[in-house]
Amino acid sequence: MIFKTNFRKILLIILASVALTACATQKRDAGMMQGDVYTGTDTVEYLATGVKDRVFFATNKSTLTTASRDTLRKQAAFMRKKKDLTFTIEGHADERGTREYNLALGERRANAVKDYLMTYGISGSRLSVISYGKERPVNSGSNPLAWSQNRRSVTVKAN
Amino acid sequence: MKKLILAIFYLFILNTSVLALVEVDITRGNLEPLPIAVSPLYIEPGSKDVKQGDKIIKNIGEKISEVIEVNFRRSGLFNPLKKASFVQNPDIAHVKPRFEDWRLIKAQALVTGKVNITDEKLRVEFRLWDVVAAKEMIALAFSTTPDNWRRVAHIISDKIYQRLTGEKGYFDTRIIYVSETGKKTQRYKKLAIMDQDGANVKYLTLGNELVLTPRFSPKNQLVTYLSYFRNMPRVYLLDIETGVQEVVGDFPGMTFAPRFSPDGKKIIMSFAKDGNSDIYTMNLETRVVERITDHTSIDTSPSYSPDGKYICFNSDRSGLQQIYVMRSDGSNVKRITFGKGLYGTPVWSPRGDLIAFTRVYKNKFYIGVMRSDGSGERLLTENFYQEAPSWSPNGRVLIFYRETKSDSEGKGFSAKLWSIDLTGYNERLIETETDGSDPSWSSLLSK
Repeated sequence: MIFKTNFRKILLIILASVALTACATQKRDAGMMQGDVYTGTDTVEYLATGVKDRVFFATNKSTLTTASRDTLRKQAAFMRKKKDLTFTIEGHADERGTREYNLALGERRANAVKDYLMTYGISGSRLSVISYGKERPVNSGSNPLAWSQNRRSVTVKAN
Repeated sequence: MKKLILAIFYLFILNTSVLALVEVDITRGNLEPLPIAVSPLYIEPGSKDVKQGDKIIKNIGEKISEVIEVNFRRSGLFNPLKKASFVQNPDIAHVKPRFEDWRLIKAQALVTGKVNITDEKLRVEFRLWDVVAAKEMIALAFSTTPDNWRRVAHIISDKIYQRLTGEKGYFDTRIIYVSETGKKTQRYKKLAIMDQDGANVKYLTLGNELVLTPRFSPKNQLVTYLSYFRNMPRVYLLDIETGVQEVVGDFPGMTFAPRFSPDGKKIIMSFAKDGNSDIYTMNLETRVVERITDHTSIDTSPSYSPDGKYICFNSDRSGLQQIYVMRSDGSNVKRITFGKGLYGTPVWSPRGDLIAFTRVYKNKFYIGVMRSDGSGERLLTENFYQEAPSWSPNGRVLIFYRETKSDSEGKGFSAKLWSIDLTGYNERLIETETDGSDPSWSSLLSK
């Protein structure tokens, strides 16, 4: 039937264009987010050359991504070298949640980082933890990119 | 037979309309605010001027009536009529109102009164009149110090509200909140307290350290809140009268989300350690600390039922934030929210019947109420960002806060206090000198 063939063609064209636009969108975000974990370097500072000071998290999560674990291994190596330094690990959350839960979530994220650093031999007595919940965003924007940059745990030199 | 039934029916209707006195139903959405005339209070000759600090308040009789009018208008239940249309002078109206004249301007209720002021005392006498039935409904007198004149207006408002609705009022109350200034990435926050109509704002902290989530004690003199003093986030107690602050307990980690027990004897709060937050109480007198929840999830935002027997709280033990109820000793934990999205900030109504909450679903924030078993969920308002409802002491109004969207420079950001009635009507911005968040309502100041 003529109708059937045309319909199939149209469907194929539609599917192809959808796939193309999906590709296009993905490319734009590819440098910035994976899932909704920020993967860019925009807000990142460095404890030492090549040692990023922070890791990022997915919404409502405190699990460490592969990239995060890589960053933290480098932090641990840095800490092992600088035996006199102590650190404060800050936990933060984005603004898309209730204030009190975000305080707890920030604490959970900071402790996830602390626990991982300790598995690489850093003494817990050198690592103190503080949660700021959603109180100290690094990006004031109200958009998914800003929120992903705010879902972070930052390691700060304490002395 | 039909004629007899009809006759009885008509008799019944006639009877009810004759017996009907002025009254206000606050359980429905109020679309017809009651027209009420609030006459300026008559100032008795020989009265002194009212001094407030170093200011002299003129026309105190009119000022008191204006405070009452603002209370009534903001409640959404009353429609205070314009004074320009009043036909009787305050002194005569208080003694013998000409009801026909008041009915002409469509008033259904009338408030009149008189004040007498000396250096030490302000004595007030007020009457509430049912203009429809042409009778006096309340006649009350009381006295206080002259600088308390606003509380006089609030107490009168409460008495009238109670007489006309059958419920206790909420006008003689205060609100504590966090005053916010500065850019979004570095907000300065101070504890602030004000009358529920926005007057008499006082700042309780200096803004040097982050302060969050304050709550009143049921006795109204103490406040508990979270402070980042010395970069150590802990729950503190503040005495409003003396200004004395003290840290609550000796916890080796962050304590937060504090509230008082209904008898004011305990603080209930979350304690976070090693990535886990659980709920604890501390008795303010004995200093005994009790652990209430013991779970690897985040347990926070606890709220007692008004009889002190139960606690509702926020936990993510099932994956995402949900609301749970347990006995106040921590036993018998039951999940009560099962809707899509997540639920937080549960607060038990002072009436014991409902729990208010914040719900987040599909990137939108909702303020809602549900019964304490989780049934009857009603969402009252939707917004880009809003949370943390707090109940008026009569369980009829909720105060909460909203934040607006901002760009990456922080432009467009604001945080404001809002209120809404339990019916879902009368959503209202509460004006504050600065931005504000984390509001909490006191109990009635006059018991």
